[in-house]
Amino acid sequence: MTSTLTRAGARTATPHRRTKSVRWRGSLIAWLFLAPALVLFLYFKFIPMGLGLWKSFHEVHYISDTWVGADNYKTILTDDAFGAAIWHSIVLALGTTVGSIVLGLGFALLIEGPARYLWFVRTAAFLPVVTTMAAVAEVWRIMFHPADSGMLNTIIGWVGVDPQPWLASENSSLWSIMLMSIWRGTPYDMMIFLAGLVGVDRTLYEAAAVDGASTWHRLRHITLPALRPVFWILFTLAAIRGLRVFVEVYVLTNGGPNGSSEVLMTLIYKLGFQSNELGVASAGGIVLFLATLALTVVVQLLRRRQAA
Amino acid sequence: MRFDSALGLESRRGPLATTGKVIVYGFMVIVFTGPLVGLLMSAFSKTLDPTSFSLWPDEFTLENFVQAKDKNVYLYLLNSFIVVGFGLLLQMLVSVFAAYSLARKKFRGMTFVMLLMLATMMLPEEIIAIPLSLVLADMPVFHTNLIGTYAGMILPVGAWGFSILVMTEFMKEVPVELEEAARIDGAGELRIFATIIVPLCRPALGVIGVFGFTMIWDQYLLPLIVAPESDMWTLPIALRSLRSDEEVGIGVLLAASLLALLPSIIAFLAFQRQFMRGLTSGAVKG
Repeated sequence: MTSTLTRAGARTATPHRRTKSVRWRGSLIAWLFLAPALVLFLYFKFIPMGLGLWKSFHEVHYISDTWVGADNYKTILTDDAFGAAIWHSIVLALGTTVGSIVLGLGFALLIEGPARYLWFVRTAAFLPVVTTMAAVAEVWRIMFHPADSGMLNTIIGWVGVDPQPWLASENSSLWSIMLMSIWRGTPYDMMIFLAGLVGVDRTLYEAAAVDGASTWHRLRHITLPALRPVFWILFTLAAIRGLRVFVEVYVLTNGGPNGSSEVLMTLIYKLGFQSNELGVASAGGIVLFLATLALTVVVQLLRRRQAA
Repeated sequence: MRFDSALGLESRRGPLATTGKVIVYGFMVIVFTGPLVGLLMSAFSKTLDPTSFSLWPDEFTLENFVQAKDKNVYLYLLNSFIVVGFGLLLQMLVSVFAAYSLARKKFRGMTFVMLLMLATMMLPEEIIAIPLSLVLADMPVFHTNLIGTYAGMILPVGAWGFSILVMTEFMKEVPVELEEAARIDGAGELRIFATIIVPLCRPALGVIGVFGFTMIWDQYLLPLIVAPESDMWTLPIALRSLRSDEEVGIGVLLAASLLALLPSIIAFLAFQRQFMRGLTSGAVKG
């Protein structure tokens, strides 16, 4: 794509006439420079990952753990609450991804161009992405106030739509969360699309104009095909990020009302820190990991097939 | 006709096109900044009732920020700054050191290390939240308890795959000749690292700095796990507790939310170019 970073320069050339001890010293230095990162990763990524796997096969007590085999996983896969949470996670991830990509592409096309005022619009529109999730969610929670005089209800009232209960109803809580997530995800996707649009060959547009192609044809046959890699990047990112949603749900509804917006991570959090079911909660984490992994692999396979 | 963009909107002039553009762009700006502007306005208003949140201020007041003091908001803010300050310093140091090795050295196991870094980026941190809390409560080998300490919130964000990879890409571009010339002049490893490589990567330091800042500032689950007592809370996780208060309404919550939002917005506006650069490079790498 357009990144200036990926144009890899010359790799470190190996100086000639290296003796064995120099080379040995060279790798020692390399490992020393890497050590802080590796130790931190070991402690805060890899040990927790391994420990999570271990705990997921145990019933966890204060002093010792009892081996329970796949019982924790059975609990998860047969439990209705987990089933619902998995379903909500998928709906939320899918809805947010598709919504953000479609709107992001639309907005990117609308504000493509070098003009100064477009730069201003882009910057303003990008603000939601850099904001702190917890604070933004509090703001939306207030805007979602279900009273007739709540902010969003006032706004939809202007176009003649009846007041909605938003987060307060089992039927609309998940969709309301999705609305906020799309609001925050769209500008990000828009920026990535804009970066992709810069790379579209301008001479193709001119050639199309000479041939008398309409704007729609130009979009359909030149712009969109050129953006294909961008779509895959965004899908891959969404696959990694989508299912793990936590803060939005935790702040807006904490899974309620009546479990209607419970997602995997809020359920795992409750199990782990409120009911102290660490074994089941760990198994939940592993399931989430496997689901993320599977999704990433599927996206990559689809991408390969498309490319071939 | 010019073809600067797919839709060619920019070359369209005339009153109708201009009106259309004003409406579309105005709509975008309002949709995406509206909630933030609303927060800004309402935080300085006498807003007692959650439905009075609006884009227009009524009765300008600093009352909310004064009352925020009684609710310990500034203590939470201080905690946030402590965590982000030390966390970012550690993260940048760790990234620069690791990148130096990955970009400028050749050694056995390098591919493996690269794979490990990528694996940490593919692994959403939420997934390991539960076991991470167990590790923090009893660190292997050291047997210390980091729950309820700043270190517990700082050390886990110390190594970040994204920063390391961005830094590595930059460092690869520093010409080898510079390094070799210094080596011939008798400069040692640390000297080359500190006086040649790092200064040449200053733009990249801006990128990982601004990304690291927003990443650490936005941490939620980690402080939630590490800080069970309110005196260690960071501002984002304290917001929930400020929600419903009969006396002050939502005023304090709004003031605190604004304080939680401002630092990352300021960081973004100040380092926009670096931010965009990191955004596209990060996305390319997944």
